[in-house]
Amino acid sequence: MSEPSSSSNSEYWRANLKWVGILMSIWFIVSYGCGILFVEELNKIRIGGFKLGFWFAQQGSIYVFVLLIAVYVRVMNKLDHKYSEKKDS
Amino acid sequence: MDVQTWTYLLVGLTFALYIGIAIWAKASSTGEFYVAGKGVPALANGMATAADWMSAASFISMAGLISFMGYDGSVYLMGWTGGYVLLALLLAPYLRKFGKFTVPDFVGDRYYSRTARLVALICAIFVSFTYVCGQMRGVGVVFSRFLSVEIEMGVVIGMAIVFFYAVLGGMKGITYTQVAQYCVLIFAFMVPAIFISMMMTGNPVPQLGFGAQVTGEEVYLLDKLDGLSEEFGFSTYTDGSKPMIDIFFITMALMVGTAGLPHVIIRFYTVKKVSAARVSAFWALLFIAILYTTAPAVAVFARANLLESIPDKPYAEAPGWIKSWEDAGLIAWVDKNEDGKIQYAKGPVYRTDDEFTKLEYKEGERGMSGERLIQNTPTDGKNELYVDRDIMVLANPEIANLPNWVVALVAAGGLAAALSTAAGLLLVISTSVAHDLVKRSFMPGLSDKKELLIARCAAGVAVVIAGWFGINPPGFVAEVVAFAFGLAASSFFPVIILGIFSKRMNREGAISGMVVGIVFTAAYIIYFKFPQLIELIGLPTKENVKENWWFGISPEGIGTLGMIFNFVVAFIVSALTPKPPKDVVEMIEGIRKPEAEGEELVVADH
Repeated sequence: MSEPSSSSNSEYWRANLKWVGILMSIWFIVSYGCGILFVEELNKIRIGGFKLGFWFAQQGSIYVFVLLIAVYVRVMNKLDHKYSEKKDS
Repeated sequence: MDVQTWTYLLVGLTFALYIGIAIWAKASSTGEFYVAGKGVPALANGMATAADWMSAASFISMAGLISFMGYDGSVYLMGWTGGYVLLALLLAPYLRKFGKFTVPDFVGDRYYSRTARLVALICAIFVSFTYVCGQMRGVGVVFSRFLSVEIEMGVVIGMAIVFFYAVLGGMKGITYTQVAQYCVLIFAFMVPAIFISMMMTGNPVPQLGFGAQVTGEEVYLLDKLDGLSEEFGFSTYTDGSKPMIDIFFITMALMVGTAGLPHVIIRFYTVKKVSAARVSAFWALLFIAILYTTAPAVAVFARANLLESIPDKPYAEAPGWIKSWEDAGLIAWVDKNEDGKIQYAKGPVYRTDDEFTKLEYKEGERGMSGERLIQNTPTDGKNELYVDRDIMVLANPEIANLPNWVVALVAAGGLAAALSTAAGLLLVISTSVAHDLVKRSFMPGLSDKKELLIARCAAGVAVVIAGWFGINPPGFVAEVVAFAFGLAASSFFPVIILGIFSKRMNREGAISGMVVGIVFTAAYIIYFKFPQLIELIGLPTKENVKENWWFGISPEGIGTLGMIFNFVVAFIVSALTPKPPKDVVEMIEGIRKPEAEGEELVVADH
């Protein structure tokens, strides 16, 4: 098995960083944005018995966290697959 | 059958199960002892991580805390789950790829420095001990209330069980016991929550139930609770009362602290592949989320129940749980206006700034209505009822009149939560001592067998120390927990992140960053939380209130600022000092590579 070229490795790393950047932005917007900074504005909107800001702080943000990791797992498995194939050729 | 028989039965059965698993999964090498031979399936590891993470505090205290804090309690919900996103995306896969046993290992190798390793090691041991003390206390509370044994006896029984399976089974034993403990604790948490949600709103899903309408009334439960809170002079439940900047900083400190806690990080070393480390972070958070999204619902149910059923009720007619928890020493009623009724309002019942710092009963003395009398001086405020926050979850099934076996189940669940976390922490302590301190720092030629023996002895000693603190709980446990998160946030987290994401970061930058972060955070917390120490060295002190805090940031949230200082100092110092050596740069490139198809990481050479 030959060593993968360093350019393919840095491509993989850049793709990884891009995804981490996107997912971390969502992480920040949902928890700190919706749950804390804009909670009062969102609380004016109601869904059933929940004020929306309160719901994000105590429920919504947690659901989104789980989803974020799920997406990351899928994306990284694909990336691993793509870049390790090049390794064998 | 009565509650006590049920409790003995369920607790006995679960304990037998844990011991059985420990015997089956006995560890025979240091690899198995530290990281279970790195052969744990991702799903099982996720479950074990969840049990490891959800401590007595999550199971017993959190819902109670939230029910007294309302919206402000969100800091715990978001803080203790959001950290897993940081872990999964920024830390776990790379640390796993690096392939050694512990965080101090990574810090020591990445920063080519024994000093850095030692600093990381001391932090790891301190943080773990802080935590373990809280768990043992939790074990004691459950035993004393549900099995009517003395707290001391309860702690000793808990110690014996943990000692048995942690010392014998190591990480392998602990991991599989934690899988069982997760099942017990989540079942025990969900069953009463579902029952109560059904009763109060007719919706069996608690996560939806607390946003639904109250059974038989045309009003939403949360609106009703907001109304009740205002009626009795509390702040509106869904609005909270802390300043926004403080909420922001506390949430951040808890998130980052979670990602930096050694007993959580070490769990990701137990799987075979990097991809499995990512997947188990997903499972872990999913399993944690089940409890963490239910807890705020339980908080609302409990709060609404309390505000509806207690105020202005004569003590003689108060429900039985009031009296049984009063006997357990966690509820007190002072009939200030001598009308025989329980007045409940905002504010403390008794003073804690005179000769008493916590609640003290007058042994064996009863008041006019039969209530236990207390030694503390009552305040002038209207409030007559003291309710310890810790009992909200434990008393919930009684408050809602659920069958006896449910009450017993909650006791078994609380014990599972406390024991699983205690075991995980003890393992970190023993690994830190045997591997990082003795072997890597002082005796590199140590044989595997001897190292395993030292690890077992260290775990044994740690159990005894933790038990001692459980029996004689220092009054400062709650304060010290803020310390643990603050320190993890301001020291470990930046150092590990920079170690992975910056090739330029060097030894000088990392060490000076860690030192600045820790010293700043510790100084701020000590200044406000331990004024006795400040007075000792003859400096003036200020009261721990909003007006005196920096930018309105409480000591609980200051770790975030410490972390920012750590990053800034690390960047400046590393820019002014030499680059890291070539082999370290190669190591960083190594952990950033994609994982080859079918690649399995072997147990690291040690």
